[in-house]
Amino acid sequence: MIDKIRSHTAEPLAEVHSGASIAIGGFGQVGVPVDLIDALCEQDVRELHIIANNGGRGLPGERGIGRLLKENRVRRFSCSFPINPTFFERYFNGEVEIELVPQGTLAERLRAGGSGLGGFFTPTAAGTMLADGGFVTRHGDPEETLSTKESRVINGRTYVFEEPLRPDFALVKAHRADRYGNLRFRLGARNFNPLAAMAARTTIVQADHIGPLEPDDIHLPGPFVDHVVATALEPAR
Amino acid sequence: MTTTQRGLSRAALARRVADDLEDGWCVNVGIGAPLLLPAQPTPGKEIVYHCEHGLAGVGPAPTGDPDPDVTDAGKNPVTLLDGAASFDSSLSFAIARGGRLDLCVLGALQVGENGDLANWLVPGGDPGVGGAMDLVVGARRVWVMMNHLDKHGNPKLRKQCTFPLTGPGVVDRIYTDLAVFDFADGDLILRECAPGITPADVAALTEAGYTVGVPV
Repeated sequence: MIDKIRSHTAEPLAEVHSGASIAIGGFGQVGVPVDLIDALCEQDVRELHIIANNGGRGLPGERGIGRLLKENRVRRFSCSFPINPTFFERYFNGEVEIELVPQGTLAERLRAGGSGLGGFFTPTAAGTMLADGGFVTRHGDPEETLSTKESRVINGRTYVFEEPLRPDFALVKAHRADRYGNLRFRLGARNFNPLAAMAARTTIVQADHIGPLEPDDIHLPGPFVDHVVATALEPAR
Repeated sequence: MTTTQRGLSRAALARRVADDLEDGWCVNVGIGAPLLLPAQPTPGKEIVYHCEHGLAGVGPAPTGDPDPDVTDAGKNPVTLLDGAASFDSSLSFAIARGGRLDLCVLGALQVGENGDLANWLVPGGDPGVGGAMDLVVGARRVWVMMNHLDKHGNPKLRKQCTFPLTGPGVVDRIYTDLAVFDFADGDLILRECAPGITPADVAALTEAGYTVGVPV
């Protein structure tokens, strides 16, 4: 019998170790698996490579990715919009690394990793320092900068090669999940969640509702999912 | 220099841009002033507003309780209109790069007279690129909506961008609080001055080279 539902959030997260790479769904505060992140912060895990679109706002008591950054658990952050005052301070002090990735490229790198592809060529960022190189990934001495990415002219247009992302873990927020790990998301909370789930070797899901799903109502099929826990707080919707 | 105070307000600038949208367009709106667009009335025109994380068909901010799962690119609560769709961020950028956006409207730090756009990094400042680089390579039209001058009073329309580029030669049209410009065959052309603004006012506050054309 297949049953991917876990009764305690801590159970699947016990596998996560210091130094791990973790893709996390969400856009701003929407669709962020905050229960899973809170539970992760209860463990002694540090030096993480986090892959997520945003950095949180760095507000006091903030849950979500902002908490991971604030508690200094992140050594490398692959993101498009890292805006977080604490993390920026560490970045300019040379303590952490930022891999700045255009948002569509970040999404597609996760999709490519989850699809077993070796990367892709995109016109995004051609002719900018995120493809030609020069962006400061780590301050300090020596300063580290992005090197020039491979490019190719296809039908007269310049395309930039981007590598897939294949993180150790994904933390994902779904609206509904069944015991097979099939997932359904809600409106703008879908965003990066199915892509993070696809890309990771081990995918851990927080779902607002647990229950049956019709085949055509499934946004991401169960084979991409390893563990499901129910959202602890009373789901709003 | 007090000229900026004589130009369009942010709301009036949004109304001006909305006037030029065409019926049936799918339009991405970026962070900053472009987020005012879905709230502008467009009588007789149906516009599908696209938000980069994975929504199409968004409307203005809700009057009642906001739905926490429905926000624009700036994370502000918005509404979903008839015909709205939700999808993941990969599909959302397939819409952008795949050429399905009739238009994207972005803010800018600098625009070069060759159409270069810089809107993601002030050198030495906090980096954050978002989806701008994906949008400008894919949308059929790229319009910039910005103040004519930066907060230090320097012209944003430059001979050459000095800040890191978002995309080279990607801008088609520029709406500022003082004027409307567009590019024709690679040349920057002044098309319109805001009410109370003269071409001489614009010339005094613009570093980029341009010619004065007729409104289109």
